[in-house]
Amino acid sequence: MSDAPKAQSGDFLSNLGRIYGWYTGGFAAFVLVLALLEQVGVPNRIIGYLFVFLTIGVYALIGYLSRTAQVSEYYVAGRRVPALYNGMATGSDWMSAASFIGMAGTLYLQGYDGLAFVLGWTGGYVLVAILLAPYLRKFGAYTVPDFLGARYGGNLARLAGVIVLMSASFTYVVAQIFGTGIIASRFLGISFEVSVFVGLAGILVCSMLGGMRAVTWTQVAQYIILIIAYLLPVVLLSAKVTGVPVPQLMYGQALEQIEALRLTKEALAGAPSHITPFINSDPINFFGLIFCLMLGTASLPHILMRYFTTPSVRDARQSVAWSLFFIFLLYFTAPAYAAFAKLEVFTNVIGAPIASLPEWVSIWSNIGLVRVTDANADGILQFREFVINADAIVLATPEIAGLPYVIAGLVAAGGLAAALSTADGLLLAIANALSHDVYYRMIDPQANSKRRLVVARILLVVVAIIAAWVASTRPAGILAMVAWAFSIAASGLFPALVMGVWWKRTTSAGAVAGMVVGYGVCLFYLIGTQYYGMPLWFGIRNISCGLFGIPAAFLTTFVVSLMTQAPSQAMQDFIDSIRTPRGGVRMVGGEKVLD
Amino acid sequence: MPLVGDVKGPRGPVAADVDKATGDAYWRRTSNLMWLMLAIWAVAGFGVHLFATSLNTITVFGFPLGFYMAAQGSLIIFVVQLFWFAKRQNAIDEEFGVEEE
Repeated sequence: MSDAPKAQSGDFLSNLGRIYGWYTGGFAAFVLVLALLEQVGVPNRIIGYLFVFLTIGVYALIGYLSRTAQVSEYYVAGRRVPALYNGMATGSDWMSAASFIGMAGTLYLQGYDGLAFVLGWTGGYVLVAILLAPYLRKFGAYTVPDFLGARYGGNLARLAGVIVLMSASFTYVVAQIFGTGIIASRFLGISFEVSVFVGLAGILVCSMLGGMRAVTWTQVAQYIILIIAYLLPVVLLSAKVTGVPVPQLMYGQALEQIEALRLTKEALAGAPSHITPFINSDPINFFGLIFCLMLGTASLPHILMRYFTTPSVRDARQSVAWSLFFIFLLYFTAPAYAAFAKLEVFTNVIGAPIASLPEWVSIWSNIGLVRVTDANADGILQFREFVINADAIVLATPEIAGLPYVIAGLVAAGGLAAALSTADGLLLAIANALSHDVYYRMIDPQANSKRRLVVARILLVVVAIIAAWVASTRPAGILAMVAWAFSIAASGLFPALVMGVWWKRTTSAGAVAGMVVGYGVCLFYLIGTQYYGMPLWFGIRNISCGLFGIPAAFLTTFVVSLMTQAPSQAMQDFIDSIRTPRGGVRMVGGEKVLD
Repeated sequence: MPLVGDVKGPRGPVAADVDKATGDAYWRRTSNLMWLMLAIWAVAGFGVHLFATSLNTITVFGFPLGFYMAAQGSLIIFVVQLFWFAKRQNAIDEEFGVEEE
């Protein structure tokens, strides 16, 4: 088994374009067949089943075909993933159920102020590309704590890295499994608790046998499905409303009409402007959130570790650009979703007699995502009498546009792909930190590669089951906690990583102190304001707690580094060697260079 | 104990592949590019949005400009910026002869 995949993968890598081309064509054909089945009267429930099980089946097949017994294949996909495909994989690694389903809804509800998420979740890639990815790739790490361990000579920095990684990634992965549970239960009609474990199975088959290698090729497949599923409904809706199937260009018209209706239509009294900045959040919270999301993006280990898989430093840089491009395709479409949905609501729902609302309103009321009340009992729906959940916007667009059920199934498959792919990446990041950094580096450095892989797989399954169990208890506020992950990761990891590359004078003591202080300040503010009624500092919401943690960490690292003895010449040579693409990595103190 | 010069790695002695003067000059250029990129990032990510209210008085194809910059404009700048950065940094690598073999 250890030899065969290598030979196969040579063929596989040189035929990627053809393979994924066929795959995309096959998926399109599959959607068309389902559309035909729907026309001849196959019930919606069966269509939902086919979508969920066939897509998961394909991911499982890819996961099985990518199985591996080599450590470097398991941890970094053999470092052979071309920049473009790594970009696609990063795209689906990055875009979670929250991006796919929730983003457009947030923009619908908050208008301009919701754009902090769009900006924060894209601009962070600039930091990844210029400050970190090429240098981490040159170092040749398996995990992010690996770099901290080598740069800051020892297990203390490594352990601090593992702790930050675990706290940032675990709530995040629970939320993804929660998301797969919701989608699966809605489209399979089974209970939420069972759906969580269906989702879990879907995640494990992708990652367990092949680690990073399997996750990479599944994520590429998942990206293709999620981007088709995201773009198609809004393209059709744009064509229906404006006659031009390019929603990203045409929603300007929708924005104009929304603002005109808001000012003229009586029933819309009280509707806030969609385009005026700083209604829901003041500038300091708006910019503070952007800042934390951007630096958090550049510190989340499941994203950084994707750039360990490219063949070279040059490819790592190129790959970040491709990643952002593929993410951009979805994010610059989200505002169009929000605008078209809002226009539909403002024209055909608000101000209409409650007895004769469009059909989609009643469909989504039944599920509880839309609520209609007649507070003033005049039989006419007022703006204040209509409540729509953020998750309903993307999910309801097929019905708003009057599209067949098969499109709704497609959207569900896309949301599932988004949630599964992110969960895969996160689980792998957590399990790899435990198996590589804690087990191999700290507990048993003599372990042979077979044993390391066994441990890695067992830990993956254990972490996955714990995460699924937590998700199945429906923890309150789990989605809010995801946003915290960015501040936590940024406060704990960003200064240590960036200063480790860009400031040679950074010492081990400085970095560790900075990580502890940043992480501590961030958590103190979060927990204090969230659970103990601590007053906000300068009115900054705790979602942006990194605004305190990040400067505290930078300052601490700086001051403590200057107070302690400068790093050795050997360490400075090591830093020079990771700054330069050419040549080997000059490790300090006989540490081993990884393949 | 500061080790000077080459360190023995597991792959045999790893030579200092780039002499110090070239290395320093290379890093200066790389740092300058980094600062330029950070400046563009700061303007596109934060700077322009400070003026969102006044930019919104300008409308292009139905889009109020302030809204458009946050929804799409800055994103386009980020994407173009990263492709340009990759190209520029590769050119710097080659100029100093430190690109990968």
